[in-house]
Amino acid sequence: MKHNLGYFIREGAKNMFSHGFMSFAAVGVTVACLLIMGTFALVAYNVNENLSELQRENAVVAFVDDTLSDSHAKELGKEIEKVDNVAECTFVSREEARDNYVDNYDEDDLYADLSADVFRHRYVIHLEDPTRMSETKAAVENVEGIAKARGDEAVSNGFITLRNVASLVSIALVAVLLIVSLFIMSNTIKLTTFDRREEIAIMKMVGATNGFIRWPFVFEGLLLGLLGAMAAFLLQWLLYAAMCRGIATSDTLQLLRIVPFGRIWKVVAIVFGATGLLVGVGGSTMAIRRFLKV
Amino acid sequence: MIRLKEAEKTYENGTKAVRGISFQIDDGEFVFLVGPSGSGKSTIIKMLTGEIVPTGGRVMVNGFSMSRIAERQIPLMRRTIGVIFQDFRLIGTKTVYENLALAMRAVGAAPREIRGRIPYVLNLVGLRGKENSFPDELSGGEQQRVAVARALVNNPSTIVADEPTGNLDPAKSLEIMTLLERINALGTTVIVVTHERGLVNHFKKRVIYLQEGQVTGDATGRYEGVRE
Repeated sequence: MKHNLGYFIREGAKNMFSHGFMSFAAVGVTVACLLIMGTFALVAYNVNENLSELQRENAVVAFVDDTLSDSHAKELGKEIEKVDNVAECTFVSREEARDNYVDNYDEDDLYADLSADVFRHRYVIHLEDPTRMSETKAAVENVEGIAKARGDEAVSNGFITLRNVASLVSIALVAVLLIVSLFIMSNTIKLTTFDRREEIAIMKMVGATNGFIRWPFVFEGLLLGLLGAMAAFLLQWLLYAAMCRGIATSDTLQLLRIVPFGRIWKVVAIVFGATGLLVGVGGSTMAIRRFLKV
Repeated sequence: MIRLKEAEKTYENGTKAVRGISFQIDDGEFVFLVGPSGSGKSTIIKMLTGEIVPTGGRVMVNGFSMSRIAERQIPLMRRTIGVIFQDFRLIGTKTVYENLALAMRAVGAAPREIRGRIPYVLNLVGLRGKENSFPDELSGGEQQRVAVARALVNNPSTIVADEPTGNLDPAKSLEIMTLLERINALGTTVIVVTHERGLVNHFKKRVIYLQEGQVTGDATGRYEGVRE
């Protein structure tokens, strides 16, 4: 092919500016769709993270056999940490257990003279995978020196169900939003191409090959898609930062854990960039196909 | 050379636009294709430019058989003809120079070749100095000259002009036809579809008269004189 890549890219960029309004419309729609989809996906991701955190806080409590000495009880932590699926375990002495109990329930000094002897030394165990609570609890009970382990499986199962439902709903909604966005964006790009069907017909009439006509459009679509993705990414960043500030300063919402943008920006950039490219290149390629049949 | 032998075109809705037409146009000829609306003139032009495929007979355009031409060969065939339309069909967002350069780029011309050829062609059609004008900054006559220049720029062996003076006043029409006559004198075959009796009579070239999809007259001379 005699025409070089530079010519196609130059033509694509030039066409983008010479059809300013339609280019603006295509970029605007791309930005709007990516922002709606991105915001919803990020909210869903944060909801999932918060549920996951709550699930992790639902720990297993392992009670130490009363016959063990204090020093021996403290040694048990090493054995518990060896159990599969144990993320971390914290020793809580019977005195600390008593103090926690009194702090929680003693509103009128009823337990002021409660002896620590009625409590046992214990370990609060956080799990790597909360869905395996039952088997981990059984394994911890098998550790010599542990009298009993307790974990609220009903709460854990509740969280699992809630997370599964939340994940399914958010995946379905993001998928629907993605499809709708792709449809709207590719149709807008189709409109920009439709606006130039006469130009395409003229090029065909002077003997241009389909490739010669198609490539500048493909590069134009690529540039429009990338430009839209970049603008959407920057706006998403600003929006997310504003949302984080709002939650941090709110009295009621500051309990929520918001994933910092710095931890997820790469994924957001890749998804936005890939969607912009797909829509730009795919939309222009599909749109031009019908006008090439002259 | 253009040759139609028993050429037919029946559209999908059953309309028989061309019914067994035969004629030949030799290299270097100047031919007027005339006839009332619905006589098949536009269908013949579309068959010559590869926009539609004949449903019967044979249509040969500069060595290409239009009833059997492969899709990838159509651009090559179109490079042998330059087409001029009634409504000019210039790209409004491109300058005169860019409109012509695009036509040359489309056929793979090198930038150096483009820089050398465009001033020559613009000079030929009398538009020297208008390189950087946009189409809407030019008069109708000048726009049609740009269209003629674009048709010529790739040095085709044939020019097909479909009602090239339809949007122009009589003086400008005469100018454009004179320009086409000059181009023909340089060796290019010229086929002009027109309704304008005055112009046909003025130039006294070969006239092919069409009626209801058939050739009813083919002679050199006046518009009226060729009707059987």
